Amino acid sequence: MSDIKKFMYVNRKAPYGTVYALESLEVVLIGAAFDQDVSLAFVDDGVYQIMEGQDTTGIGMKNFSATYRALGDYEITKLYVEKESLEARGLSVEDLMELTWEDEDEDYEEKPSIILVSSAELAEVMAGQDVVLSF
Amino acid sequence: MGIEVNGKTLEVDEEGYLADLSTWEPGVATVMAKAEGQELGDDHWEIINFLREYYEEYQIAPAIRVLTKAIGKKLGKDKGNSKYLYELFPYGPAKQACKYAGLPKPTGCV
Repeated sequence: MSDIKKFMYVNRKAPYGTVYALESLEVVLIGAAFDQDVSLAFVDDGVYQIMEGQDTTGIGMKNFSATYRALGDYEITKLYVEKESLEARGLSVEDLMELTWEDEDEDYEEKPSIILVSSAELAEVMAGQDVVLSF
Repeated sequence: MGIEVNGKTLEVDEEGYLADLSTWEPGVATVMAKAEGQELGDDHWEIINFLREYYEEYQIAPAIRVLTKAIGKKLGKDKGNSKYLYELFPYGPAKQACKYAGLPKPTGCV
């Protein structure tokens, strides 16, 4: 019997300035304890959440970007990033953190977590989810 | 609230977690453990130091499932299981060891 549901957390906002990004990340980490099939999507300004080289010293907030690197430990290995959102902001996948997970079954081989998708592809992935939570 | 460590008073919250991570020193763990009737041996320190390194790298205290897996990878399967960790930290490894390590309470831990 399988009661595993597919959960997708959709991140649309910049990491700082509002609390959405951090709240989303905390919900994701807490939810990871329930052994569901979890994925994350980064669209619109949400792509800034996983940008490399974040520096929050000027705004007096905790830089929590390192925590995205722990997602692999929590068995969250599918991070969908919308291509159009990156392009609209003059970004490419090279501007993002290198996020990976270790495959225990293959001698802890590091595999990339980021999956670059078009808007249409992401819509398809979303349509296949049981639960979509938007932040 | 506060605890006395080497002549200094360090602020802790109502559950005994250190208010400011940067005020941590090994004496904090010793004092906290003593208050709960525990002596810290090398095995305890191994876990406490591991947690501090994990926090340094990822800015979070790991959930227990993540902790056991990571310990197993780093220190061997005989240590990477909850039985071993609960023997060292009977009140709960994530809760108790994180507290001694000066970290905030793990996310999602009630």
